[in-house]
Parts: sequence; structure tokens; C-alpha cells
Amino acid sequence: MDLLAARNLQALSLGFHIILVCFGVAFPIFVLTMEGLYLRTRDDLYRRIARRWTKAMAILFAVGVVSGTVLSFELGILWPEFMAKYGDVFGFAFALEGTSFFVEAIFMAIYVYGWDRLSERTHFLSGLPIPIAGFFGSLFVISVNGWMNNPVGFEEVNGVVSNINPIAALFNGFFWHELVHMLLAAIIVAGFMTASVYAVAMLRGRRDRFVRVAMIVPLTIAALATPAQLIVGDWAARTVTKDQPIKLAAIEGLGKTQSNAPWHLFGWYSASDGEVHGGIAIPSMLSILAYHDPNATVQGLDSVPVADQPGAINTVRIAFQVMIILGSGLAMLSALHLWVWWRRRRIIKGKWFLFAVGAAGPAAILALESGWITTEVGRQPWIVYNYMRTTDAVTSATGIPIALIAMGVVYLGLMFGVIWALRRLAHSPEEPERPPVAPRAAS
Amino acid sequence: MNFGLAVIAAILLVAGLTLYAVLGGADFGTGSWDLTAGRGTRAARMRALLHSSMGPVWEANHVWLIFTLVVFWTSFPTAFASVMSTMYIPLFLVVVGIILRGSSYAFRPLARGTWFEWPSAVAFGIASILTPFFLGTIVGGIAGGHVPLGNAAGNSVDAWWNGTGIMVGLMAVVTGAYLAAIFTMADASRRGEDDVAEAFRRRALVSGVLVGVVAIATLPVIHTDAPRLFDRLLQGPGLVGVIGSFLLGGVTLWLLWNRRGGLARWSGAGAVAAIAVGWALAQAPYLLPTTVTVEDAAAPSATLWALVGAAVIFVALVVPSLIFLFRLSLTDKLGHDLPPVDQEVAGV
Repeated sequence: MDLLAARNLQALSLGFHIILVCFGVAFPIFVLTMEGLYLRTRDDLYRRIARRWTKAMAILFAVGVVSGTVLSFELGILWPEFMAKYGDVFGFAFALEGTSFFVEAIFMAIYVYGWDRLSERTHFLSGLPIPIAGFFGSLFVISVNGWMNNPVGFEEVNGVVSNINPIAALFNGFFWHELVHMLLAAIIVAGFMTASVYAVAMLRGRRDRFVRVAMIVPLTIAALATPAQLIVGDWAARTVTKDQPIKLAAIEGLGKTQSNAPWHLFGWYSASDGEVHGGIAIPSMLSILAYHDPNATVQGLDSVPVADQPGAINTVRIAFQVMIILGSGLAMLSALHLWVWWRRRRIIKGKWFLFAVGAAGPAAILALESGWITTEVGRQPWIVYNYMRTTDAVTSATGIPIALIAMGVVYLGLMFGVIWALRRLAHSPEEPERPPVAPRAAS
Repeated sequence: MNFGLAVIAAILLVAGLTLYAVLGGADFGTGSWDLTAGRGTRAARMRALLHSSMGPVWEANHVWLIFTLVVFWTSFPTAFASVMSTMYIPLFLVVVGIILRGSSYAFRPLARGTWFEWPSAVAFGIASILTPFFLGTIVGGIAGGHVPLGNAAGNSVDAWWNGTGIMVGLMAVVTGAYLAAIFTMADASRRGEDDVAEAFRRRALVSGVLVGVVAIATLPVIHTDAPRLFDRLLQGPGLVGVIGSFLLGGVTLWLLWNRRGGLARWSGAGAVAAIAVGWALAQAPYLLPTTVTVEDAAAPSATLWALVGAAVIFVALVVPSLIFLFRLSLTDKLGHDLPPVDQEVAGV
């Protein structure tokens, strides 16, 4: 009972924070792109967009700071056995993450509060460390998640951890693909979400240059990242096949080890016979996905005892399929947009395209959450793969269900607060056309 | 060998906590003054100044808490897990307070003039008082020896809801308010807002005396609750911190009396830091008094070496950046607030 409450609370907190991470990593790139365009072209429109986005960035970053702080508390509150035993193996990554986060917070403050007060050049330069620090911050956090999936850099004999190598733990086998996958996801989520806001504005009848530019730039950046994500996804799937075969089996619901393993679109996995029912079977597809070879043998769930299988096979299956379907849809939209933009230098005409872009933002967030559920639920029952079970990591404290309810209310309020604030920002008057204060003229 | 590294890690831990007590504490303290500023135009200017002083630096100030947590779990993982699991009730209250405070900072410029302004201001004020209080109860609970080693092994209520915990919680609230008043007074006089500076000077003097009263009232409580801590604070190594804090506190009151806000900023911060350092010296060599020493709890040397490496990177990157931020902020090179969206059109 308390394990379930602890897992749900952690999932709630991470599921909320991961969206803000995307904006923390990618949105500063968009803002700086706009400011850079302004500095190069002196077209005031770019400056107005950059200023407006700065406010949204500041709100999202502040909320990200608090939701990230919550996570560092919850690691210890909810999973004390995990932290007690392995905190010194992966702690190094978090120490570097803290450093990155500090730098990010400092330059975020300078950039946000420095508009029109610092010289244009200093202001732009003060923004550059933000995405760099954001990149390194997420790099180190992902390293820890990679380590939980692929624990290396230590030895364990009779439950005693020894011979710790923090550097080896940092650069574990899951580090690289998770990092690239997540960074691309951040660009895709922030890009489509921003574009989607302006697509909706265009559907409501606004067709001025501000709205068009504010949609096209993030849309194009996201569209460039999306096809690359398919390739990285393939890389991730093959690494999972090699190091976490049971997670791969859960992704399909493959009960028995077999060659020419099929992949089912839709359907429902039944634990009683280890088969997927009601789906559309694509013969040998899982073998191709996992090994690029239709005849390859794929390890099934039955290769390990039931106690070592993820309990919620269908959760993993559905999450994976949602990610794949939405990701493919976004990739098609991206390809169309890029083609038309390349050939004609304009966006696709027709309302359907604006509807599609409007839906792409929420779809990207849903794909992000699904991908994360796939990897986290698919790792179960392990918190540290093949070393520590989640059930052995959880706190002995009894009040976690109450905390879950309370935090659920708090997060709901926070979510409404963010939406309220961003909507109010969107409905507020636009930035003035000329700088209200000449640069450097401040007191 | 490992002993030396463990001591370095403990010093990093105390340094992080001390900086958080000073910088984060002052940030929390603004909430007390925001809540009690009253009505009228001067109150509005006081609030504006409180927020403009803290607006650009609050996020950086709160990263010291994350720094402290990360050093704690990397260097002393078992002790960290014991504290976090036993203290989960005040920790969750702290978490809620941090969420309320951070989000009201973020939403405030947009909330101005809407129905949301009043609730968010009240939430901000209350969270600003309760969050440092509960953080203080955790520190007091640890200092009082209420956290045994193990997964939620201590009593989840008695461990922090006890004499030492409550008194340290109160200390955290009043020292924060005291520092906030001093810092804001200095900012106000630098910007030539003399009546606001005077208002904060009075508040700084009153809260300075209050800090002294609470500190003296804490001693008999510690005497019964944690006799070892008491002895080592007044007769052992902790005495250095106690005397230092007493002297610096006196100097600060004198500076405030003579309207020397710029210098009082440093001596006031030093007085609060001295308490934190004195407590750490009094508690040494224990991390969890009186069962787990710093040496017992320390991670293997490979981890501690990595942490030292990370600390070097930290100092090289963060310290210059932080100096840059504070210099810009203290010379008013940064905007005072996120410009409220309506005024901006008017060209403010």
C-alpha cells in the first residue's frame, strides 16, 4: 500500500517536473535565437518576441526550480534504503548537477532582470550560459536514471557496496542514448508546444507577423529534431534489448522467448497465457526492432521468474504504443512542414495544418510522458536494475498515502496556477514597439 | 586519509547550511515583513522594495538548500536516509512551503490587480514563516539527538516536535526576518528611499533584540533536552561561535543605531553564520548525536574525492557567477521586478 503511494507520489512529482525540464532546456534556445535574430537584423519584431518569451521562460523556470527541489527531497523521504545504499555511487552526478543548476539560476536571473538595463551585447551573452547549464544539468540527472537502469561503477558482495568508481557510474551504458533521446524530446516538446499556442491564435483570426514568426521558428526547430528522434529511438530500443531484455519483452508483451517475434499494434496482454489478444500482429517486427533481423530470437518474459517481471505489462505496452504513434505522427507533420518550407518558403496553407500544429504541442507532451512511463514502469520491479527492488527501497514511514493526497492537491493547484499565469501573460498587451528605456540609460 | 576527507565533506555540509541560513533565511524573512507591512503608500513601497531586493537573487539563494542536500547524501548516505525518513512530516511541510513561495514569486507580477493578488500574497507570507520554522525543527531535532540510524527508525513526531526543535525553528524565523530587515534597509538607503530605510531600520533593531531573546530562551531548553550540546556550546568548542555571534550581533545593533546599513549587512550575516558554525562545532564529531560520527557515516574515499573534485568545479564556476549576479544586483543594474504587463505599455 505504502509502496504504491510512494511510487505514485514520485511519479506525480517527476511527471510534472519533466515537462518543465523540457522548457528549461529548450526554451532559452528559442529566446536567444530571437534575440540573436534581432541583433543581426535589427528588426524590432524579434526583440518583442524575445521579451515576451522571457516572461514565460521566467515563470516556467521558477516553477521548475520548486518542482526540482521537491524531487531532491523525495529521493530521501520516499526511498531511504536506495539513498543509503547507493547514494555514494551516483551522488557525484548530482553534485555536478547542482553546480549546473546554480549557474543556470544565476544567469537566468541576470538575463530576465537585465532586459533594457544591461547593454545589448552583455545581455545576449549573459543568456548563453542558460542553455549550456541546462544541458549539463539534464545530462547529470539523466546519468543517474541511466545508472538505475544500467548500474555500474561498484561491486556488491552480500549486500555490501564496495569499490565505488563514481566516474564509471556517471558514464554508464544507458547514459548516451537516454541523454540524446531526452534532449531531442525537450526541443520537440517545447517547440511544438510554443508553436501550438500561436497556431491556435491564428485559428482565432490573428494573422499578423508577430504570430507567424512566433509559430514558425519553434515549429521549424522542433521539426528538425523530430526525425532524428526516430533514429535515436531505434538506438535506445537496441540498447534496451541488450541490457534490459525483460523491459523489451514487456514493451511487446512477449510471453515466450522466440525467433521471428511479432509486434502487436494495440491489443491486451494476458498474464495467464502470456499472449497478446486482440491486437494487429506484425510478424517478425519485434525481432527487426530489437536486432534488425527478422529471424532473431527475442527473450520473452518467461525467461525470468514472475517476481522479476514488471507487474504492469499493459501499462508499459500502452505507453510505448502511444509514444510510437504520436512520435510517428509528429515526424510526418515535421517532414511535410520542412518540405514545404524548403521548397516554397511558406507554411502549409489550410486550416487543417493549423489544427495539426495546435494539437502537436499536447501530443508531444503526451508522447514525452508515455516514453518516460515506458522506461520507468518497464524497469520494475527494480529500482536499481537487478540489484535492488523498489519494494526494498521504500520508506518504513506510514503516512505516505496522506502525503500523496496532499501533494496531489498542491500539484493540481500549481498546474492551474501555471496555466492561469501563462494565459494572463498571453492576454496581456503586447510589448511596445520601441524600447521604453534606451539601453544603458538606466539609473 | 578517509577521516580528513570526511571532515572536508562535513565542512562543505556546514558551509552550505550556513550560506542557506543567511541567504535563504533573509529571503524567507522578506515574507514576514511583507505580511506585516500594513496598508498605505509607504507599505506598498516597502513591499516593492522587499521584492525588488530579492527578485533577482531568490532562486540562487535557494540553490544552497539543494547544494546542502546533495553534499549530505553523497558524503553521508546512511545518515541522510535516516534523517529524511524519520523527518518526513516536517519535510513534506517544507516542500509545500517551497512550492507556495516559489510559485507566488513567479505569479506575483501577473497577479497584481487581479483577484489572485490577495490569496497569493497571504500564501507567500505564511509559507515564508512556516518553511524556515519546519526546516529549523529538523535541524533542532538532529542536534537534540532524536534521529537514530535506520529507515524511519525515529519517532516521526517527537523527533522534531520537541523543545530543541521548536526553539531552533523559532530562531530560523526570527534570524531570517532580522537579516531581511537589515538587507532591505541597506537597499532602501542606497536608493535614497529614506523613510522606507527608516522603517526597516526600526524593524531590524526590534527583530535584532528579538533574536537575542529567543537565543537566550533556547539555552535552558537545550540544557534539559540535549545536555551534551549545551555543555559544548557554553564550555566547549561551540563557545567560539556563541561569543562570535554575540559580539557581531552587538556590533550590528550599534551599526543599525548609527544608520550604517551597508556594514550592518555583513556583521548581521556574520552573527547568524557564527551561530550555525558554533552549533556544528558543538555537535562535532557527531553527525547524528550521539550515535553516528562524521567518520562513521562517511562514504568511501573514492566518492569523497569525486565530491572534492565537484566542489572545485563548483567554486570555479559558481563563485564568479554569483559575485557577478550580486554585483549587478547591489549596483541596481538589474530590473527591480518583472515588469508588470500593464504598466509596460505605458512605457515604465
